[in-house]
Amino acid sequence: MPGKQTNGEIRIGFYVCHCGHNIGQTVDVKAVAAYAEKLPHVVVAREYKYMCSDPGQELIGEDVRASKLNRIIVASCSPLLHEHTFRTAVEKAGLNPFFFQMVNIRENVSWVHTDTAAATQKANDLVRAAVHRVAHHVPLEKKHVAIDPAVLVVGGGIAGIHAALTLANAGKKVTLVEREATIGGHMAKFDKTFPTLDCAACILTPKMSQVKNHPNITLWTYSEVASVEGFVGNYTVRVRRKPRYINEELCVGCMECIEKCVYKEGKTSDEFNVGLSKRKPVYIPFPQATPQVVLIDPEVCIEFKSGKCKKTCVEACDRDAIDFKQKETVEEIRVGTIILATGFKTFDARRVPVYGYGKYPNVYTSLEVERLVNASGPTGGELILRDGRRPKTVGIIHCVGSRDKNTNRWCSRTCCMYSLKLAHLLKEHTDAEVYNFYIDIRAAGKTYEEFYDKLLEENIHFIRGRVAEVTDWAVRPSEEGRLVIRAEDTMIGIVRRVPVDMVVLAVGMEPQTDAGDVRRLFNISCSTEGFFLERHPKLAPVDTFTDGIFIAGACQGPKDIPDSVAQAGAAAAQALALIDRGEIELEPNTAYVEAELCSGCKTCLGLCPYHAITRNEELKKAEINEALCKGCGTCVAGCPSGAIHQHLFEDDMIFSELSGLLEPQPADCC
Amino acid sequence: MTYLYYPGCSLRSTGRAYEESLLTVFRALEIPLKELDDWNCCGATSYVSIDETDAFALAARNLALAEAQSSDGSVQLIAPCSACYLVLSKTERYLEDYPDVNAKINAALDRAGLRYHGKVDVRHPLDVLVNDFGLEKIAKRIKHPLTGLEVACYYGCQTVRPFATYDHPQYPETMDKIVKVLGAEPIDWPLKTRCCGGSLTGTIQEAGLRLNRALLKEAKGRDADLVATCCPLCQHNLECYQPRINRMYDEDIDIPVAYFTQLMGIALGCDERELGMHRLMKKPSLKHIMHPKGASANAW
Repeated sequence: MPGKQTNGEIRIGFYVCHCGHNIGQTVDVKAVAAYAEKLPHVVVAREYKYMCSDPGQELIGEDVRASKLNRIIVASCSPLLHEHTFRTAVEKAGLNPFFFQMVNIRENVSWVHTDTAAATQKANDLVRAAVHRVAHHVPLEKKHVAIDPAVLVVGGGIAGIHAALTLANAGKKVTLVEREATIGGHMAKFDKTFPTLDCAACILTPKMSQVKNHPNITLWTYSEVASVEGFVGNYTVRVRRKPRYINEELCVGCMECIEKCVYKEGKTSDEFNVGLSKRKPVYIPFPQATPQVVLIDPEVCIEFKSGKCKKTCVEACDRDAIDFKQKETVEEIRVGTIILATGFKTFDARRVPVYGYGKYPNVYTSLEVERLVNASGPTGGELILRDGRRPKTVGIIHCVGSRDKNTNRWCSRTCCMYSLKLAHLLKEHTDAEVYNFYIDIRAAGKTYEEFYDKLLEENIHFIRGRVAEVTDWAVRPSEEGRLVIRAEDTMIGIVRRVPVDMVVLAVGMEPQTDAGDVRRLFNISCSTEGFFLERHPKLAPVDTFTDGIFIAGACQGPKDIPDSVAQAGAAAAQALALIDRGEIELEPNTAYVEAELCSGCKTCLGLCPYHAITRNEELKKAEINEALCKGCGTCVAGCPSGAIHQHLFEDDMIFSELSGLLEPQPADCC
Repeated sequence: MTYLYYPGCSLRSTGRAYEESLLTVFRALEIPLKELDDWNCCGATSYVSIDETDAFALAARNLALAEAQSSDGSVQLIAPCSACYLVLSKTERYLEDYPDVNAKINAALDRAGLRYHGKVDVRHPLDVLVNDFGLEKIAKRIKHPLTGLEVACYYGCQTVRPFATYDHPQYPETMDKIVKVLGAEPIDWPLKTRCCGGSLTGTIQEAGLRLNRALLKEAKGRDADLVATCCPLCQHNLECYQPRINRMYDEDIDIPVAYFTQLMGIALGCDERELGMHRLMKKPSLKHIMHPKGASANAW
């Protein structure tokens, strides 16, 4: 076996793990150890119940000292799980941690085969390949890169706000970027919150102003992330700041300009009130908007459309804050970590045409009802329907766009509870009869079930069954001029027709429309339904597959306020853990250029998915940024001159591993 | 592409006007249509209810014939009657999804020297007209727009359920779209997929009439000038029993029920007789269709 004998004669220690019954049940572990013992350079070959346990790891150290081992092979599980464990054990034993090779005989052998003889043979083959390979290993050094302590938080809903405040209170500099003109997100639109019925604004707005006034937070609203470059600890982010046509430094939010606008009444659908009221071309989203700064909508402002407005707003502003010539700017910031809290969108109820949203005026979405019952909403909190009536009977339809294979299969988790809350509020506001049509009531949260109990005592009606349709088709005089909900009552096995004055559709939660673009921008993954994908569903719920980028809140999946806040805190803690370490260790399995061979053809530049390769124009050679390189090997394979190599994947390592694998008889090898 | 056409029994009896108008409209739109040679009963309703395997065998013979008579890679078989459409679609699916059914049926076909390979697409005329031919091309050929005519589009149960291949299963809109292109106004009518009673009008008539009454009363209440259908049994039920419904429930329903293809034909300028207009019991005159609010109800 020809090898670069970088530390004298090659002496291999081999360990095969039973992993309880996981491996031992299918692979004859004793036979594998006996087989390995006969392979060249193998000095020690042992089997052990759990190699990852402390005694298992200590075994390696003892053998290194006693038998002067200088290469270690462990045949056990996936390197993803324990490569780090064993490399650390090798390092502890006084060897360079890269004089180590792992053989996966669990996921690749015992878990996928049933025949012991064949499985053991396969394990032997893989072990032989590793023995050939490890002889060629050379010592490698891990590189360290400093982490920029600044953090970017994207999205100013409750999750983003909480993450930003947590980090800022820990003394870190935070830039909070929000697409809308104000922070607050969906929570700012809610009336009261379940199960405590405390007002959403009362608990949210203090946190909003803390964000605005915090010395460690830079708040950029009406702004979007345009590009992200770099890697963990060292991201360069460009943020597009849309023009508000108001100088944010000068405006004090007195709203005189709104008052004096040439439009006496608003004519544009008000986004904050989800279209239930009208706003003027110059407006502020809602009274407690943060920052307290107005903005102008150029789509409807006369000055922008014709240039012939009397500009009464400019006259009204004694601070000269209005600037029709304001342009979009792009700011560049450097941060070490990023938290994405970009939230969700509600399901478009028009996608279930049989519920009549958009057709019958008195069919509302739950978000519309939040505004309707809110004291600062379009009706001042009075429940007046679109046709001017007050409802005497209300039907709330659960699971609209949730738990339905025609729309979204998932449970949106919040709708049961907010439907209960809205039922309570509607009853309180109107004393109407309120019917809930539900599939199951999912009240799994602290004091949630108790809230459900309370509702039952308030004489709210519950009908278990998915609603078939909402129509204006009256068959009885009592149904004339009303909406009729038809649903199967599965508790008593009949079809019911319930005439109501108002229908509330409990719409589910969906990924944001542009979640796919955001995912690409930050180079993270989405699950099949389109929510951002966490690194591990149980053990790494706020990490992503891109180091230094964390997720929090409903962008990761449907979540209520307590869960969003908890996750935001977790994301902030993960970012802090990274920042306080000060530096990150880079895996040394990166690609490198052999300058003498490089012809500077630039083939590799376009191949690299991580933009890690640049061309040194002076030397006319390719250069690889080790911090950006993920060791995918694409450039190594693609280089026409064979000038790119990769640590831990050198040609001699790969070829000897292959020849070891393909070698038929152990006795013949090397 | 030539479509194969499976008429089924209804289009040769109670639903002759459907066949006549369909063929006339396809000719006017220059969509080639070739009748399936040697077709047999589709196996619908009574067969399916009594012995599914027999029904599958009957339907599969038609599918096998279609395959043998088509030179195209995928065979497009138009079945205008809802019952035929459903049983042919269902057979097609079952033969694909259940190997044991497939083996049994192909063994039966084998005795008649036939074999079905699974290449047939069973299509409804609404699907072909909207999704293959296209609304824009229809619009270009309109000669007499049906301006002002308010139409209750009635789909019945079988064309979109359970196999919603070309339209929403609970809220179909293809016919509404066609009617709109013709210049008429489809009314908002939540009953468009509710049951017409099917063969109940012949068995438990009280139940059948009650269902038809609900449909007709609501169409009338919403000021429809006409109900348009895409199924011979629906057309028959809705049209024939109006006097009996009026007697039984003390109603005053008097509304023409036509095939959507007849409306298309009129808008496309086809001959009234070639569209089978004379076969309708309540004849909406050409004048009425084109000037709905002008004619009195008794003029039909």
